[in-house]
Order: sequence, then C-alpha cells, then structure tokens
Amino acid sequence: MPASLPTDSVGIVTPELIHFSEPLSLASGRVLPEYDLMVETYGELNADCSNAVLICHALSGHHHAAGFHSESDKYPGWWDSAIGPGKPIDTDRFFVVSLNNLGGCHGSTGPTSIDPNTGKPYGPDFPFVTVGDWVISQVRLADRLGIQRWAAVVGGSLGGMQAMQWAIDYPDRLGHALVIASSPKLTAQNIAFNEVARQAISKDPQFHDGRYYDHDALPKTGLSLARMIGHITYLSDDGMAEKFGREMRTGELSFDLNTQFQVESYLRYQGEKFSTAFDANTYLLMTKALDYFDPASEYDDDLAKALSHASCKFLVVSFTTDWRFSPERSREITDALVAANKDVSYAEIDSDHGHDAFLIDSPRYMAVFRAYMDRVANELNLGVTP
Amino acid sequence: MRADLEIIAEWISPKARVLDMGCGDGELLDVLSQQKQVDGLGLEIDHDNITRCIARGVNVIEKNLDEGLASIDDASFDNVVMTQALQVMHRPDLIVEEMLRIGKEGIVTFPNFAHWRARFYLAFRGKMPVSKFLSYSWYDTPNIHFCTFKDFEALCIERNIRIIERTVVDNEHRQRWWHKLWPNMMGEIAIYRITR
Repeated sequence: MPASLPTDSVGIVTPELIHFSEPLSLASGRVLPEYDLMVETYGELNADCSNAVLICHALSGHHHAAGFHSESDKYPGWWDSAIGPGKPIDTDRFFVVSLNNLGGCHGSTGPTSIDPNTGKPYGPDFPFVTVGDWVISQVRLADRLGIQRWAAVVGGSLGGMQAMQWAIDYPDRLGHALVIASSPKLTAQNIAFNEVARQAISKDPQFHDGRYYDHDALPKTGLSLARMIGHITYLSDDGMAEKFGREMRTGELSFDLNTQFQVESYLRYQGEKFSTAFDANTYLLMTKALDYFDPASEYDDDLAKALSHASCKFLVVSFTTDWRFSPERSREITDALVAANKDVSYAEIDSDHGHDAFLIDSPRYMAVFRAYMDRVANELNLGVTP
Repeated sequence: MRADLEIIAEWISPKARVLDMGCGDGELLDVLSQQKQVDGLGLEIDHDNITRCIARGVNVIEKNLDEGLASIDDASFDNVVMTQALQVMHRPDLIVEEMLRIGKEGIVTFPNFAHWRARFYLAFRGKMPVSKFLSYSWYDTPNIHFCTFKDFEALCIERNIRIIERTVVDNEHRQRWWHKLWPNMMGEIAIYRITR
C-alpha cells in the first residue's frame, strides 16, 4: 500500500466467506452438495437495494477487485483503476459486489477445497463448471445479499461472458450489462492456446493426474509455462516492442540458453510468480469454462436469438490491439444486439496494451466507462458525484 | 434544437426505430426519444461525441460509415437519418443505397455547393469556396464529395429513389420564401425525405 491511502481508494477491505448449503446442479450433470463463495463488497447498499453492481472476474481473477487487504499490501485489487470513490464504478453511489467464482483458488469452493464425501481435497475430481453455472451461483449470492436486480453486471474478458450470460438467463435481474474485451465464444485459435496451456500443466511430472496435493508436489513448471503462453496473448506485439524491444540483460550474446532478452526474463518471472500463487486444477477448469462458453449454441447458433432474451441495456467495449478477444468479437456481440433490437453502445478504444487494456487506466476508456456508469446512476436517481 | 433537426423530427413517427448515421453528440436522438419515444441508435466515429452520446443515454456504436453497414439487417429501421455527413463519405451513392436498404425511409441533409455564394466565390475569385459555414481549405476538408441539390436529385432518379419531401433552408436552418423561388441558387442546406 502507498504511504497514505489514495482518496479514490475504497481503502482497507475484508473479504467474507459465504456458505451455501443448498445443492447446486451443474451443467455437467454433477451436483455440488454445498459450497462457499469468497466475497468482497465496497460502498453501501441503498434502502431499496437498487444500487448494486456485480463484478465478474476473468480467468485468473478473484474477489479482491479493489482496495487493500492490509497496510502492508503492495498492490490494490485487480480492478482498482475502475472501482472506488469518484472512479467509473463510483463506490459513493454504487454498492459493489465482487466474488471468487466456484472452482477458484482464492477461498471459494474449488479443487483445493475439501470434498465432504471423502474428507480430502477435490483436486481433479472437482466438477467442471460453466459460465452458466457461475451465473446460477451468483444469482444465489444476489438472493442472499437481498439484491433482486443489479444496477449493472460488469466484467472484462471471461467476466464479460458472465455479464452476457446473466442478460440471457436472468433478464429481469439486471438493468445493464457491461461487456468489456470479451467474446461471444472462443475461436479455434483461442482454444488452441488454452490447450497448449493445459498440456503444459498436465504433462508436468509434478502434476500427478491432478493429485499433486496428495504427493506434496506442485506442477510449477507446467503452470508457469501455461501462464507464460497466456501472458503473451494478453499483450500486444506493439506493447511488447515498446516495453521490451530487443533489450538484453547483458550487453552481448552469450550463446547459451540462459535468459538474454528482457522479454524472456519478464515472462519467466510472471510464470514463476503465478505458479506458486495459483492452483493448476483451477487453471485447467477455468480454461475449460472459457472453451465451453457459447450462448448461441442453445439458440440455433444464432447469437441475436440468444440475446433476444435479454431486457437489459448493454455497453460493449473493445481495444484495438487486443488479439485474444479482438474488436471483431465485440462487434459480433454488438451486431447481434442491434439485430435483436437491444439498447447497446459500443466503443473501440485505442490502446497498445492488448487484452490487458481492460485492466489499465487510460483516458478514453475511463471516460466511456464513467459516462456509461453515470447513465446507470442517473436512471436510478442515485445522485451525482460531488 | 437546431432548426433542421426540428424539421427532421416532424417527419419521424412516434415510437419509430431510428438510425442516425453520423449522430454527432446525439442531440437529435435525445430529442426524438424524449418527444417521440423513438427507439434510437446512433453511429459515430468521433471519440468525444461517442462519450457525449453515452453520457446522455443515447445508444451509440463506434463505426466508420465508409467501412459499410453490412452487419445491419435489411429494413430493420423505420427511419435512417444522415445530417451533414453525405459530403464526407467516400461513396455517397452507396451510403444512400445502404440507408434505403436498412430503413424504410431515409432523411438526408447536405450543404448545397450551387448556392450563389459558392458560385460567386468560385466564379470571381477562381478559388474553392471557403465560408464561415464551410470553413475548410480544399486540402484539409473532410468534405470530399460536394454536390448540389440538382446533382442529388439526378442521383435519386438514376437509382429509382423517390423523393417524398424536400425542404431548403439557410445556414441557420431558417426557411425563406426565396428558397422556394430558386432553391438550387438560394438554398444552403437541403433536407430530403427519400424512399424506394
């Protein structure tokens, strides 16, 4: 944490573990007998419970979206750029709910949790979950918190998919969906990258078919490789050129396999950091949820037909150098919404940051985000930011 | 509201589905949604205008009209409006065709290059007209396809486009009796209501 709290920070926050004892039937046909969700909230829920905003996280995200957990925290939550007093998702006006999704490894029930049937961690036996399953679990969370209707459901990347799924499956329970740097389904190339990542993990000798907890092992090499591959797809060619270029750590070629270029060192560092902070089984499960997402598939492969069920309004945002979920994917969503005669606005933001741009504060992105959230607040008479 | 927008508003039915191509800051759609409860959508390329539309609750899609509108279904809008943007298009003829493919009716406004001031400017100065209203020089103007009322009407005949109504106004969007007398000489802006 900085020496003093920034005035636009939500400050020190404490997550809460919420238990759900009602069994959850999953798309796979399996049933979770009970589960916990790790949740953080920012701001105050108003008297008529109309100002709630749900934040849906992406592949490696979690409940800690804004603020700091303690004064010794070096970095704030993953979407601190957008959530806080006076920020686009203004916590002076909105009550913000952020959770770790089922199958995650940050406190919600997932592969590292104890299976009540065996008394041992689920590991690879944790059921594969889909975006639709997550949304059902989030509906139950909303019920628990007394939120009948979200002012907005907001998410980037995989989070944007959850916002879309909400709009389709529970049209009466949200006013707006903000779908940022997302896609209506993965392309073959997207799935291919995910598969390489999964292979890297499952081929690691320390993986032990997913039962590495039992062997007191961690597939660090595999998870690290998976993260390195993923990380490349989150950045852009231009962004990498600008950040690293061909800059070397030492002045001359060493003619060996040690890291020579700064970009190699950076990727290794990112991979290693991730390999001890994230659970491999969770990574596998989350990438599968991405691969499986295809809401149009239940509606004759017609996205407009799928989205015709929605009654909320939409903001769709993409970033020019995002090649993981390119602007073209966002335009597909937008076009389908226009075809379905839904209220939609779409902005394509110039950025060098590739897919990661959705997490980064940039003037035009924040202006669009803020303008839209102001509109949401105005419609609900939530008052203006002082 | 700008006088030309008032005229346009009169031609749009309540609750119509309206597409505004080059919607600017969303003023027309905002007024139409308040006064006529239309279901509006704007297409715009300017970043600041897009933000202004979003802020006032006007649905807007970032779009370069020159890239085409193939993603929008046939006859999916009641009215397609384009104010003061025809002359910046790479192919004004194709955009007019697209308007009438997407919408049942089109409303187009554009500046008249045959207005007497422009004629005199070119005739006597021998230079491309620059005025308060059309303030660009020939080399930096976004207005790459100027036409006159007569040119536009010839295009409509050629493409079997029916002109339902035409109103001619000056650059402050006022209608004057002399516009009716000799529109192609006296009128600065025309507002056309077209269909197939």
